[in-house]
Amino acid sequence: METATQTVTKETTMKTERMTGAEAVIRCLLAEGVDLIYGYPGGAIMPVYDELFKYEDQLTHILTRHEQGATHAAQGYARTSGKVGVAMATSGPGATNLVTGIADAQIDSTPMVCITGQVASHLLGSDAFQETDIVGISTPVTKWNHQVTKAADIPEVFAKAFYIARSGRPGPVLIDITKDAQFEEFDFSYEPCKGIRSYKATPPTEPKSLEDAADLINAAKKPLIVFGQGVILGEAEEEFTALIEKAGIPAAWTILGLSALPTSHPLNVGMVGMHGNYAPNKLTNECDLLIAVGMRFDDRVTGNLDTYAKQAKVIHFEIDPAEVDKNVMSDVAVMGNVKHTLAKILPLINKNDHQAWLQQFNDLMEIEYDKVIKNELYPEKEGLSMGEVLRGINEETKGDAVIVSDVGQHQMIACRYAAFSKSKSNVTSGGLGTMGFALPAAIGAKMGAPERDVIAIIGDGGYQMTIQELGTIFQNNTAVKIVVLNNEFLGMVRQWQQLFFEKRYASTEMTNPDFITIARGYHIPAKRVTKREELKEAIKEMMTTEGAYFLEVCVEKENNVFPMIPTGASVSDVRLS
Amino acid sequence: MEKENYTISVYTENNIGLLNRISAIFLKRRINLDSFTASVSEIKDVFRFTIVVSVTEEQVRKIITQIEKQIEVIKAFYHRDDETIYQETALFKISSKLLFEERQIQNVIKESNAQIVTVTPEFFVLEKTGRRYEVEALYDKLEPYGLMQFVRSGRIAVTKEKMHISKILETFTIEEVN
Repeated sequence: METATQTVTKETTMKTERMTGAEAVIRCLLAEGVDLIYGYPGGAIMPVYDELFKYEDQLTHILTRHEQGATHAAQGYARTSGKVGVAMATSGPGATNLVTGIADAQIDSTPMVCITGQVASHLLGSDAFQETDIVGISTPVTKWNHQVTKAADIPEVFAKAFYIARSGRPGPVLIDITKDAQFEEFDFSYEPCKGIRSYKATPPTEPKSLEDAADLINAAKKPLIVFGQGVILGEAEEEFTALIEKAGIPAAWTILGLSALPTSHPLNVGMVGMHGNYAPNKLTNECDLLIAVGMRFDDRVTGNLDTYAKQAKVIHFEIDPAEVDKNVMSDVAVMGNVKHTLAKILPLINKNDHQAWLQQFNDLMEIEYDKVIKNELYPEKEGLSMGEVLRGINEETKGDAVIVSDVGQHQMIACRYAAFSKSKSNVTSGGLGTMGFALPAAIGAKMGAPERDVIAIIGDGGYQMTIQELGTIFQNNTAVKIVVLNNEFLGMVRQWQQLFFEKRYASTEMTNPDFITIARGYHIPAKRVTKREELKEAIKEMMTTEGAYFLEVCVEKENNVFPMIPTGASVSDVRLS
Repeated sequence: MEKENYTISVYTENNIGLLNRISAIFLKRRINLDSFTASVSEIKDVFRFTIVVSVTEEQVRKIITQIEKQIEVIKAFYHRDDETIYQETALFKISSKLLFEERQIQNVIKESNAQIVTVTPEFFVLEKTGRRYEVEALYDKLEPYGLMQFVRSGRIAVTKEKMHISKILETFTIEEVN
């Protein structure tokens, strides 16, 4: 094959079957263990859809109401199931509508394979109807992408796509298939990809780096761990917990690391970053050792890099070499999958406890509780707070639910206050901050973990960006619980306007429709809560109702999320009000 | 950190679209490319991009890791000018009349070590290979006489040290098969 990366394959004699490229697409998906895909048909992908009809007992297709919904649903599915999410669309606008979800998956390391139809190969480059250069468009936001113009290339390209999407640091891959390649017949056989010549999925771990890291950990008086999604993606929750418990190190999470460690764990000291907790942010600039585990020092986490943890030695456990020393210089970089590196370092770590150091966290947590948390969870003023809604959900679900949050104030509240007892429970758009993410992602999250309760926490702004996916929920009878925290504002932007733009609320106030009528229009039971005394019962009703449920909670219009680190400020300049 | 010239060598699979991926890495960081050359390499089926940029060492180090992150990239290196042997080639198309009527132009050609590639009744073509400043010096001397066409290639470079790409390729293959 002249256009794809060289694959490492073994010489094998494989049985072949004559079929079209379109049928081969389905057979490749089945060979990769895919039984569920999200998508939207159209002219250039119709041959594949036609074959889907034949295979519908083996491969379920969920028709979303917009291609963006398909990608977010595939992301949600991947995040709760740990499998690769698959989304499919036609050429042109179908393909471009996937881009937001692909970009979101890229920055949040979500394994996803997107399939797009393309105009026939003889029309490529002619500005044909619904032609767009989706390979060119998606290049900066995919881990890999490839255009197929010959049916015979389909098996190898699909095998590679799944291998690349799920291996190493996961990410989205796009395969664009011309219509003639879908019709063309060839002798199909399939062999999973075992390796690619130029691609080292997981970098080797230098034994010396483990020893150096262990020495620093054993010598540290005030160590702090910041863990990210690498712990979840590497399925390293057990190894991670063993390490922090043996070494007695306080552990703080990034937004995507959330749920890797149970909320109630005594060494869980909360979230770092812009709306993170007071203690871990303040003490980042006091620790003598900062241990980053599967996280990438995003600017929302670090604030001003010139003042970030300058006093500390830094150890970085990381799978992606491009993340090491990108934002924060490390003293020791331990490369590899954290499941393996944490297991290997554990025997080298001395048993320890840092009681005096932990007490510093507890002292600051008390300050934050008095000044922020108490008022948010147990407000005395009249308006409902977002935090008390989360408290109500925690009380009802006991921390066992999957919480899918959209983007905005409610996201920060959900991530700060939702309680989690198990991993893969927090699904949110971290790096890209995509409004409209939560409703379709919740559909995928529920299908990826059907045995679990899935609750989407959404603001009135983001809800209306993908509100049409209520149709997908209705059609598929997907039992997601939707909670819209309605403050009739684009709340986070309004908060910034209040704090940094002299309260000039430019285009942030929303006149909303009757959300209850809309939900009922899709045959989803719905309730609106405006008073505190109605809240507990409404949440109970939502959770005990079989199937989907829509709950609108009218919350205080102008409330702010604190603590907060203003953009460009130091993490230790975290504000409590 | 001060900016300086770096020659980046990228060994890759031969894939459509890779050029886009690599150039996008520079585009995203708003780094102008001084030159970009693609060619075959000493290894069968392995291609090589030679890119020249003026950046800080910290920038070039981060760019290298981003380039190596691309699936089809086998290995990327960066070198300072004194660590490489590098050349560029330029072609000058000049009216044949000048060659015969302007005695001085003949001296310029002789002194510059340029080669005459072809001569026709209308024009002749001069080829000059060398470092950028040598090509520019010749350009400055010829330009006043009038140039019908001028074109210059990107930099091509080999390093003074060995790069062991074949050995690196073996480690990739061995790791994945096992």
